[in-house]
Amino acid sequence: METGFLPRGRFQELLAVLHRSGYRCLGPQVRDGAIVYAAISVAEDLPRGARDHQAAGHYRIEQTASPRYFGWANGPQALKPLVFAPQEVLWRARRQADGGLELHQEMPPAERLAVIGVRACDLAALALQDRHFLGAAGDDPHYAARRAELFLVAVHCSDPSDVCFCVSTGDGPQASSGFDLALCELDSGFIVESGSDRGAVVAAELKLEAVGADARAAAARQADAARTRQHRSLPGRDLRAVLFANLEHPRWGEVAGRCLACGNCTSVCPTCFCHASVETPALDGGASVHARAWDSCFSQGHSYIHGLTVRSDTRTRYRQWLTHKLGSWHGQFGRSGCVGCGRCISWCPVGIDITEEAAAVCTGAADE
Amino acid sequence: MNELLLPHEAEVAECVRESPTVFTLRLRFRDSVRHGRYRFAPGQFNMLYLYGVGEVPISIVSDPLDDTLFDHTIRAVGRVTRGLAQLRAGDRLGIRGPYGRGWPLPQAQGRDVMIITGGLGCAPAVSVINYVMRRRENFGELIIMQGVKHADDLIWAERYRRWSTLAHTQVLVAADVGSALWPWHVGHVTDLFARARIDAHKSIVMMCGPEGMMRIAADLLRARGVSESAIWLSMERSMQCAVGHCGHCQIGGKFVCTDGPVFNYAEIRDLLSVRGL
Repeated sequence: METGFLPRGRFQELLAVLHRSGYRCLGPQVRDGAIVYAAISVAEDLPRGARDHQAAGHYRIEQTASPRYFGWANGPQALKPLVFAPQEVLWRARRQADGGLELHQEMPPAERLAVIGVRACDLAALALQDRHFLGAAGDDPHYAARRAELFLVAVHCSDPSDVCFCVSTGDGPQASSGFDLALCELDSGFIVESGSDRGAVVAAELKLEAVGADARAAAARQADAARTRQHRSLPGRDLRAVLFANLEHPRWGEVAGRCLACGNCTSVCPTCFCHASVETPALDGGASVHARAWDSCFSQGHSYIHGLTVRSDTRTRYRQWLTHKLGSWHGQFGRSGCVGCGRCISWCPVGIDITEEAAAVCTGAADE
Repeated sequence: MNELLLPHEAEVAECVRESPTVFTLRLRFRDSVRHGRYRFAPGQFNMLYLYGVGEVPISIVSDPLDDTLFDHTIRAVGRVTRGLAQLRAGDRLGIRGPYGRGWPLPQAQGRDVMIITGGLGCAPAVSVINYVMRRRENFGELIIMQGVKHADDLIWAERYRRWSTLAHTQVLVAADVGSALWPWHVGHVTDLFARARIDAHKSIVMMCGPEGMMRIAADLLRARGVSESAIWLSMERSMQCAVGHCGHCQIGGKFVCTDGPVFNYAEIRDLLSVRGL
């Protein structure tokens, strides 16, 4: 629901209202040459004028004179680390003098967190992680605790990168649901929409101005340009049948010759959910910590069972990743596991492009 | 509080040596109320937590109506299972479960039951054999086929011998490598199909063992006229959470821990024939 216009000079008021409502604010910042989400308290913390240049195996930030805070596509993080922590203690065991075991669940600290500058692809990915961790198998208590107090301020993507293909997956560049507030950034300021009751409360406190016809027209032009700028695409939305009909396609062996099985793609993927159990006993033997940590289907240990590694080579591991992401997700979650964010393409050290590999297997593009 | 992943303290009542590397832990929850409430179906599994080392998924082999103890038969092969092998009566461990879909026992009522297992695959299936034995009038013929790599690997030899003396029960055991006084077949268990008294239309088949063995057995069963819907398999994959979240146990789109571990053959047929899936 469109609620009004926030001039650029008043952006600080949004942060102030969120702080007053008890939220710690995270927003985009340039750190170590990339956009990351980190704590912000003033608008000046935002990456004004930053522009990202992304290509297969390539990510660079350029500083421009633009007044805009959100004139970039994305960084390696999505919302995933905020709700599905990279490493997290699940429970602790303590051994008593008589040999008895005390087992206690450990919960993350309750914190109200507002994230500024969330992209449409990241909201789509969060909806998928919600379906996984809050799904049929039962709510994951740690995910649920982190998710409950998350306030999301989306910003429609005005400058997709060269690797973005959210138009192809149907997830962007405009945020359409899953946010509390959504902003459309123009040079002069922001058109603000609310997407939830608590978003509407914050918007009301902002005492927004009316949206002018010029601003509305500029927003529409910008959205069209963001859409048409994307040139990558997947060869269809539901590739399950064609991928599983091509499990012995020669392309799997060919891509395995380039893939380093490093797991960068699964780390930056906003929907990958695999995680491993990690047990750390105390040196004095009196206690032990049971945690989980992000795992990757590219690792040797991922498919290990009593002396046997089911997926023993990179060919079968890459095949697992792609057939799961673009194929079996449909059966598990009713849609593809790819939201078109392009991160796996940029952060792949050898520049493997998921859209190119999918096309090669699904349409025979590799044979031509 | 939602304690989806938290184990509960259990105690070893007895540790039974089955072979040099295979042992059975007989367990009870320390909390008697929890123990009284605990229910499982044959074919389901628990997560066993060894203090300071970690968790492993292990099938439950005891009878579901035995409310005194529940049993896990385990081969000492990895970090956790070698540690579990050191436990003695009175020692504590953590248990959460039961998890997964068990054997289709309601569908088996009144039918011939065929159990085909390889190696320690006999453990998840022995609960079915015991289940049938205790309710013998509810089932038709019972055919038990078990294969091992080496004659010395056969656990529960006395049980197989005893079962083979019972009426309406056929026992066919094979070892790839025999030994002196080995009374059974030397070769693959699938060699014994010609001798199995299979009534294709009355049978329900439950299999657990190496995927190659189950694939060949399924082909032989189909050739004998057994329908796909009457063939059930228990699958094995890495399982670290047991609730369908950690992603390790996937075969194609199936989560073995929650969709299985017992699958109908028709559900898994196409995936079973692909290496490294």
